[in-house]
Amino acid sequence: MKLNDTVWGGLLLALSLAILWNIRTFPQIPGQSIGPAAFPGLLAVALAGCAIALIVRGLRAEHARLVFGDWMRSRHHVGNFLLTVAVLLFYIFAADVLGFLVTATLILLAMFLKLGVRVKVALPVAIGAVFFIHIVFYKLLRVSLPWGILPILY
Amino acid sequence: MDVYLQAIKLVFDPYVLTVILVSAIYGLFVGCIPGLTATMATALLVPITFFMPPVPAVAAIVTATAMAIFSGDIPGALLRIPGTPASAAYTDEAYAMTLKGQAEVALGAGLWFSAIGGLFGTLVMIFMAPSLAEIALNFSSFEYFWLVLLGLAGAVFIGSASILKASISLLLGLLIASIGLENPGGYPRFTFGINELLSGVNLIPMMVGMFAVSELLRFMVDMKPAVRIANAKLGNVFNGMWLLTIKYKWSLLRGSVLGTIIGIQPGSGADMASWMSYAMSKRFSKEPEKFGTGHVEGIIESGAANNSSLAGAWIPALVFGIPGDSITAIAIGVLYIKGLNPGPMIFVNNPQSVYAIFLVFILANLIMLPLGWATIKAANNVLRVPRNILMPIILVFCIVGAFAINNSMFGVGLILFFGVLAFILEENGFPTAPAILGVVLGTMLEENFITSMIKSDGSPAVFFTRPIAGGLAVATIVILFWPVGAWAVRRLRRRAAQSA
Repeated sequence: MKLNDTVWGGLLLALSLAILWNIRTFPQIPGQSIGPAAFPGLLAVALAGCAIALIVRGLRAEHARLVFGDWMRSRHHVGNFLLTVAVLLFYIFAADVLGFLVTATLILLAMFLKLGVRVKVALPVAIGAVFFIHIVFYKLLRVSLPWGILPILY
Repeated sequence: MDVYLQAIKLVFDPYVLTVILVSAIYGLFVGCIPGLTATMATALLVPITFFMPPVPAVAAIVTATAMAIFSGDIPGALLRIPGTPASAAYTDEAYAMTLKGQAEVALGAGLWFSAIGGLFGTLVMIFMAPSLAEIALNFSSFEYFWLVLLGLAGAVFIGSASILKASISLLLGLLIASIGLENPGGYPRFTFGINELLSGVNLIPMMVGMFAVSELLRFMVDMKPAVRIANAKLGNVFNGMWLLTIKYKWSLLRGSVLGTIIGIQPGSGADMASWMSYAMSKRFSKEPEKFGTGHVEGIIESGAANNSSLAGAWIPALVFGIPGDSITAIAIGVLYIKGLNPGPMIFVNNPQSVYAIFLVFILANLIMLPLGWATIKAANNVLRVPRNILMPIILVFCIVGAFAINNSMFGVGLILFFGVLAFILEENGFPTAPAILGVVLGTMLEENFITSMIKSDGSPAVFFTRPIAGGLAVATIVILFWPVGAWAVRRLRRRAAQSA
């Protein structure tokens, strides 16, 4: 997904203005003329400058406002992209309820099948990989991965 | 002498040696798989090093990256796909050699001269870093301010396709660094009311997102068809290497020196080192017409350069806390987490750790020879590992790694956010390396800027009057205005040509 430089410039200009608006309320360091607002303020001004330069460049180039990369025209690849984002969201919202073992196995299965791995291979590999990662992080590194609906096995 | 003994004891400990061995195999494997870069290898290692003492943690990163940069040559020679971007410069050359039936010479040269280049960079680091640190002990906030700025300017202006976009990427990184409480006023900035952001954006999930998840997304939308592996028969890869070393000793030296220098220069790492020294090798070669047809000279020079740049990048990282490339940017993050804050004081307070890091570099480049040889032997099998199985497993690994840092789901959210962000930015021609340098150096830049401003009572002249600060200022300003000046000169010349 390629946005025109002008659009990027506009977005970045908006961001820098938002930052400048936000830092107005930052307090000063007592007795000093400088405070926590100075550094982000300078950055925002520089960013605004770059954004304006980008807008000018974009207007000169006169490209289309939005160019879709090759992959965005292929349903299969857009699906792949969305699936990756979706499984991460799924993990964030489901892992505490379902537990690591169940969630991660489901994620791996979904991605394997989408990428064309045969079920006969996908299922054992998914289960094996999840157990391996579980052992490394839960047993060896003592990370408290969520158990969720599974009763604590050991 | 006592310190050296302590360093030896720190490294030659069964636990550390095991870590080195395992991360060597890991690095060789990751480098060998196209689409997995050395930077990604580092980012994925960080969550694990989080649970280790400082020396093995650094050892793991050093070893894995050195191995990955070498083994990127393997798919380059056999499949014509560079395993890591650092091998891209001479991939065509190596593949042409394979077609001529000289795969073992190409791979052997990659391995042998990588190890020599790596050792060269390490020696430069061993001799240069401690004396630089002694000078750096006298630095005040003014010098540091310019030094950080110089590093950041280098990251933006050297080797970026679009300086404007690289600058924007850098500014975004610096802005991300200013999130949270850690600022001169101790005031919570840009936290959006999220408690997790009070301590700033956690570096580890951010790096896993920017370097691993974004790379995964790129794989998921990759439309290139799967490649078929050429079955190359490989004999003894070390055959004839000694003769090549003598014949091309100057190429080797040139590549190693250039690589180390590019490594030291902040913001440019192994990829740049190998492209530049390949070009240099062609220019200085007695037989430049042979380049591109399967000639080993360029492989020798840039193979040495990309490995020597790795050690070079650690010099400013250890001495000033300013990373020389994106790998050391990640490594600096690890050093801070481990309480081994980089900077000249590390040479005073913790010299044994520094010498231990030196030792690890030597060790890593030495064990590269046997392990690399084994990897080349096994290459045909390693390259057959199906990526549609590997990539989803890496994603789960990213999730767990991000979660492990604070045992919080917020980390998983961060890898998603920064993964998608980095993917979109790269699609639109914004490089991500300046952003990561910005994040790592942002706090340091602000701290030194504010301290200097307070010390100088608001008068900017002091930034220039101290001798070293003044010199650094001039250097920074030259780099900053170089492209503007070059552009103006070009324009004036064109005008002159038109009016003539």
